[in-house]
Amino acid sequence: MARTGVFVCWCGSNIGGVVDCAAIAAQAATFPGVAYSVDYKYLCSEPGQNLIIQAVREHRLDRVVVAACSPRLHEETFRKVLVRAGLNAYLVEMANIREHCTWVHGAEKERAQQKAVDLVRRAVAKANRLEPLFESSIPVTKRCLIVGGGIAGIQAALDVADAGQEVLLVEREPTIGGNMVKLDKTFPTLDCSACISTPKMVAVANHPNIRLYTYAEVEKLTGYIGNFEVTIRQKARYVDHDRCTGCGTCWEKCPCKVPAEFDVGLGHRKAIYIPFPQAVPNKPVIDREHCRYFTSGKCRVCAKVCPTQAIDYGQEEKIFTERVGAVVVATGFGLFDWSRVYGEYGYGRYPDVITGLQFERLVNAAGPTGGKILRPSDGNIPRTVVFIKCVGSRDEAKGRNYCSRICCMYTAKHALQVLEKVPGARVYVFYMDVRAAGKGYEEFFQRAVREGAVYIRGRVSKIFRDGRRLVVRGVDTLLGRPVEVDADLVVLATAVEPAAGAAETARLLGVNTDRDGFFQEAHPKLRPVETHTGGVFLAGACQAPKDIPDTVAQASGAAAKVVGLLSRDQLSTSPMIARVNEVLCTGCFLCVPVCPYRALAPKKISERLPGHPLREREVVTVNAGLCQGCGACNAICRAGAIEVRGFTNEQLLAEVDALCL
Amino acid sequence: MRFSYYAGCSLHATAREFDLSTRALCSRLGIELAEIPDWSCCGATAAHSTSHLLGVALAVRNLALAEAQGRDDVLVPCAACYHRLVTAKKEMAENPRVREQVLKVVGHKFTGQVRVRSLLEVLAALDTEHLGSRVVRPLGDLRVACYYGCLLVKPPAVTGFDDPEHPQSMDRLVRITGAEPLDWDYKTECCGAALGVANEQVALKLVRDILEAALQAGADCLVCACPLCQSNLDARQSHVNRAYGTSLKLPVMYFTQLLGLAFGIGERELGLDTLFVDPRPALAYGSAKKA
Repeated sequence: MARTGVFVCWCGSNIGGVVDCAAIAAQAATFPGVAYSVDYKYLCSEPGQNLIIQAVREHRLDRVVVAACSPRLHEETFRKVLVRAGLNAYLVEMANIREHCTWVHGAEKERAQQKAVDLVRRAVAKANRLEPLFESSIPVTKRCLIVGGGIAGIQAALDVADAGQEVLLVEREPTIGGNMVKLDKTFPTLDCSACISTPKMVAVANHPNIRLYTYAEVEKLTGYIGNFEVTIRQKARYVDHDRCTGCGTCWEKCPCKVPAEFDVGLGHRKAIYIPFPQAVPNKPVIDREHCRYFTSGKCRVCAKVCPTQAIDYGQEEKIFTERVGAVVVATGFGLFDWSRVYGEYGYGRYPDVITGLQFERLVNAAGPTGGKILRPSDGNIPRTVVFIKCVGSRDEAKGRNYCSRICCMYTAKHALQVLEKVPGARVYVFYMDVRAAGKGYEEFFQRAVREGAVYIRGRVSKIFRDGRRLVVRGVDTLLGRPVEVDADLVVLATAVEPAAGAAETARLLGVNTDRDGFFQEAHPKLRPVETHTGGVFLAGACQAPKDIPDTVAQASGAAAKVVGLLSRDQLSTSPMIARVNEVLCTGCFLCVPVCPYRALAPKKISERLPGHPLREREVVTVNAGLCQGCGACNAICRAGAIEVRGFTNEQLLAEVDALCL
Repeated sequence: MRFSYYAGCSLHATAREFDLSTRALCSRLGIELAEIPDWSCCGATAAHSTSHLLGVALAVRNLALAEAQGRDDVLVPCAACYHRLVTAKKEMAENPRVREQVLKVVGHKFTGQVRVRSLLEVLAALDTEHLGSRVVRPLGDLRVACYYGCLLVKPPAVTGFDDPEHPQSMDRLVRITGAEPLDWDYKTECCGAALGVANEQVALKLVRDILEAALQAGADCLVCACPLCQSNLDARQSHVNRAYGTSLKLPVMYFTQLLGLAFGIGERELGLDTLFVDPRPALAYGSAKKA
């Protein structure tokens, strides 16, 4: 029989102010297996911990029940206490009589007392059946995979590489740089976006610890923390980058003009192209879909003009497999497609209604207009520009519920840029609220107002065409009346949303998504860069809408976590994971698809039953590195062959009996 | 095709030509119409703006009679009637409290099975080739502004047969006649008909804006699918001209009249002679351009 000790904590008045802890301890003494029980004001304090250690020694206790707060708060604390007392760390069971009892039943003290006693009885029943558990260790591959080469991925890659660890950076576009390099200037300091990001791109390309895979995507990720295996598929570029010098003759001579993705459709590129002049790598790819040779079989102009014979129409995609110990997901964001749903703004039929990102390209010196703000329809300079915020953000009916966080600031910046570049221009901003919570942000917004931007609080109900101009009709909710503004150009601040293909990426990397499709962090406050999958971390706008400073900060945070992980030679794993009783397992494998961590797989065993010849059959096996001990397999197993250590069927049934019998 | 036909009060009075042209068109297309016996007001405007219960009950009474008639769908030309009937049907399905009250008041059996369809929705769903084969008098390159108004396609959760901001069903029908439907931005703006009596100044401005937008887009005429819009936009033009010093003279017809003309139906049978702004010069001009 176990010798269980019960320790009831007052938690000051949190518990002691509602229930009678001494009475709980006295009653607990009568429960089966309880050799000692006592109450104390603060068990988590140093004297409280020593009290437990002393009692274990004096009364030869071999199981401990702590009736106090949530195990999420202090289970780890008391496990360490048991180790100091000379017991196995997993022989402690907590009864949560604070969150589950006194905090919520403060008004009904008598019933709270009864519930607390019941909770302790449950914990004692389980504690009597606890078994010692032992951690195991797994090796760590000292290499990090970073998915996404925007500013988040770049920052994380540089930080990890500077710490001396190897990095693989995978980017699906032909160049790294992401969305940040498309921007003109960055709020609130107005420094040039390309000037501060392209040096980092070059640093990535030159870093001895970073291997760059552009025009490539992660195809498969298997394994577990410290021991992942990644398959990377690099698309065919049809240009031999070892031979290519990036001289540019090919894209000058290429006869095919295609709307440029980098200019959000406002400018053109060729079918063989680099997305922008500072691209990294600074060597072209051929866009097979538009290339004249690939579509019609004739042309080959680029091959003819290339001085180094680098064009290779026969090139095929390449597959790489690599082992890595940690993964950083930095796949960034996409923008809400307003033209699908905002019929009142013309469904995208009016060329002079553009998005904020298109405006960035218009105002960018390297953009399609050389930095002149010109109307897409006729190339004239717009005299009146209207900005509409929250297009798709904070719009339950047509878009997303959340605030996209960056629009207030970049709209203020756009307003300033119009006022600066177009003398005498008039700027109107329709807004719902101005959210300028950041260092120097409010001051920046006020500057836009001071320089002459007219902020109108209200929504725009419709945009009409009036000859070559646009009429923006909305409401001024501060004046309480409708307003109409004649505009030459309308800029929509469209919502930030998960990048195209984010759901597929999440599935591939084993990351959860939140209700909006962004990747879910392990804890919104205290574990913001971790995911629920060990060894997979998040950086940047793939987790939630973020501006550049927050993105860079989170990327460095993720890098610190990666470096912390890779600095260890071995990891210890939690022993509270699933265990298979191979004798009972029938090999039905119902458990395999229910496992959210992909920790279960079939394996062959050979067994000899009395009177039968040796035979082989398949049973399920648990990968200790992947299993998180959630218990889904336990619930679905028809044969009762899978149990979670620390939550065995026997232990759970004992708890139920203690509560219900 | 057979329908229970709910013409409503307008089509028996000010909008007689909508009724005439609808019946003429349907008879040519083999659509059988049986007017709901003992029909009453649909509950539009006066009723639903004073009593929610009355607004729903009046509409449901007509739907119940249509169910008793034993046909599946109710065909409604008038946009306001259509809006009341579909709204009431939705309300009955979603609000059990109202449903109970209304059934008590109406005193008829109502299952909610009956479908309410607007005339525009039904015609636009017909096969384009089938309609095209009926065109005996193509309307040349007559430039037509299709005006849907506020009740026919909004709110989308209630109506739902066409896009609420950029509807196309009437445009498609107009294209079949050989005329050119215009891309313009006032298709679903309010014409102010409901304020025509209470606050005419507002209505005058809205009418002017719509007509001027149509003219600016190059319209020879405007077609609509609502008796309130039609009379407001047509009859109020002289008031607008007096108030704003304009000289608007844009024919405002029902889309059924335009289709009827293309199908070779006579002008009198379509009631073309009852409009305030005579459309015949514009129509002649359209044909002349072609010749």
